[in-house]
Amino acid sequence: MNSRTTHEPIIRMVKIEKHFGSVIALAGVSVDVYPGECHCLLGDNGAGKSTFIKTMSGVYKPTAGEIYFEDKPMHFEDPRDAIAAGIATVHQHLAMIPLMSVSRNFFMGNEPLKKVGPMKFFDHEFANRVTMEEMQKMGINLRGPDQAVGTLSGGERQTVAIARAVYFGAKVLILDEPTSALGVRQTANVLATIDKVRKQDIAVVFITHNVRHALAVGDRFTVLNRGKTLGTAQRGQITPEELQDMMAGGQELVELEGSLGGTV
Amino acid sequence: MSQTAPQQPVADERVKEMSAVRRALIRPELGGIVGTIAVFTFFLLFAHDSGMFNSQGILNWSTVSAQFMIIAVGACLLMIAGEFDLSVGSMIGFSGMMIAILSVTLGWPVWIAIIVTFAGCVAIGALNGLIVVRTGLPSFIVTLAFLFILRGFTIYLPQTIERKTIIGGVRDVAEGDWLAALFGGKILGGLFTWMGNAGIIEVFERGTRQGEPVVDGIPMLIIWALALMVFGHVLLTKTRFGNWIFAAGGDAEAARNSGVPVSQVKILMFMFTAFCACVFATCQVMEFGSAGADRGLLKEFEAIIAVVIGGALLTGGYGSVIGAALGALIFGVVQQGLFFAGVESSLFRVFLGIILLGAVILNTYIRRLITGER
Repeated sequence: MNSRTTHEPIIRMVKIEKHFGSVIALAGVSVDVYPGECHCLLGDNGAGKSTFIKTMSGVYKPTAGEIYFEDKPMHFEDPRDAIAAGIATVHQHLAMIPLMSVSRNFFMGNEPLKKVGPMKFFDHEFANRVTMEEMQKMGINLRGPDQAVGTLSGGERQTVAIARAVYFGAKVLILDEPTSALGVRQTANVLATIDKVRKQDIAVVFITHNVRHALAVGDRFTVLNRGKTLGTAQRGQITPEELQDMMAGGQELVELEGSLGGTV
Repeated sequence: MSQTAPQQPVADERVKEMSAVRRALIRPELGGIVGTIAVFTFFLLFAHDSGMFNSQGILNWSTVSAQFMIIAVGACLLMIAGEFDLSVGSMIGFSGMMIAILSVTLGWPVWIAIIVTFAGCVAIGALNGLIVVRTGLPSFIVTLAFLFILRGFTIYLPQTIERKTIIGGVRDVAEGDWLAALFGGKILGGLFTWMGNAGIIEVFERGTRQGEPVVDGIPMLIIWALALMVFGHVLLTKTRFGNWIFAAGGDAEAARNSGVPVSQVKILMFMFTAFCACVFATCQVMEFGSAGADRGLLKEFEAIIAVVIGGALLTGGYGSVIGAALGALIFGVVQQGLFFAGVESSLFRVFLGIILLGAVILNTYIRRLITGER
């Protein structure tokens, strides 16, 4: 047993089913996520990863199954409930506005206010200071808090989004394919960020279909295939090849791998 | 760099130091400031002895600029929120006509007529916004429809009721009305009388008003323009709502994901634009003493041009109220300056077209500078 997983799970998804009309997108998936772990959710396209995390973040209501958050059954009516509870999702297409400064983006929707007489104003001084501090913690050097997000690289934008979620008290951070559109160097930066977040005792759910990225930071790995889970593996108990096989459903990839010389 | 930073950060070798020029370039007001300096230099050189810069001349172009400024502030905030309002000009005609019909034809007290007109126009603004937000149609089309609807009513109503397209007599019924004075009055009369007596400004040499200063106060129109500009600037840059305006126009979807009430922001900005158009119309009706069916023609485009000269992006999410106000000032100074300089006034339109084109090209370049796009 990993020392991290000895305490209680922060979120437990028990036998989650989700049907869309006659299509069964999830057929009884159970996953536990612990604080301070990076839980990788792997699966090929159409495996049900997106449906599963959307259920976790309150976008969908499960057809059957239970969600326990901090040991209490939760029924999220919409994503705001989940966000209020501390479940933050960072989407592949970010909630970042390129023309606005990093600090305006960082506090978008949560602007700090300063009272001047009867009026409340945006506390720019506070926003700028916090933004610089938080960015520095994540290892990003800004030219200034007024630098536009449009000038940041894709990896840096992911990091801003993650830092924002963490700053606003996320207990569970869901990252939806954060590395899929990034270069090697930027991917490394995002993975390093994930590691920093995990060390703050936040549960990270990392969705990816890249086995190497998963193995680089993951503590546990859950593979989804055709709406079912093929089990959860601990770090060190599974090889990249096994993960790859499980994701693709075994058969075809074995044949493919033969012709590609094991490079996939 | 913030002084409270825990340690001196290591400079990233790939981030080039920005030169002061580039830094200044990404301020949205730059175009407006440069333009203002340019037109004032031009007219000081070529029209300094035409009376453009004596007290009456200054009042003349200030008033015209203030008119542009009032509608530019509304159009600016709306454009930053990502929408247009092409019905501003028709709204000016319509609200002026409403005030005249309610107060002169129906004989209502002027202050009630003004309040009812404001309520009606802001409601039409809200309807504009509601349709845009609900249907997801471009605001260009929705407000184009209202351009015709409102103009149609502005011509139809006085023709059916009074058999004419201009309703006069507003000044008589507005005499002594407390709310009308807020739009048509002048302030600081005492100061100007004193300045006249002290010889700082010109006084009438002869006639019935001999000894009185030629400029006897600051029109409320100018006060409204400055007040709206300050309000708009503070709202945009210093408040939470201002951040939402930028966000709604920058990327509505991303803003919604972050919890910004995008629809409300946009509808409120449509209402504010209608409010500004109504202020413009009320001041104009009180000044002329009449409402005409053709008032406000093409004002929507002039407002948009002033905003674009002021550095706002047509695509939303970026701009400045101060810039828009400077754009309006450039407008007023050039329009009246050409008159003072004795240039054919139709050339003003030529100037408008050229400066619009120049401003849009400059803004596109600036946008690339800000976002680092190539």
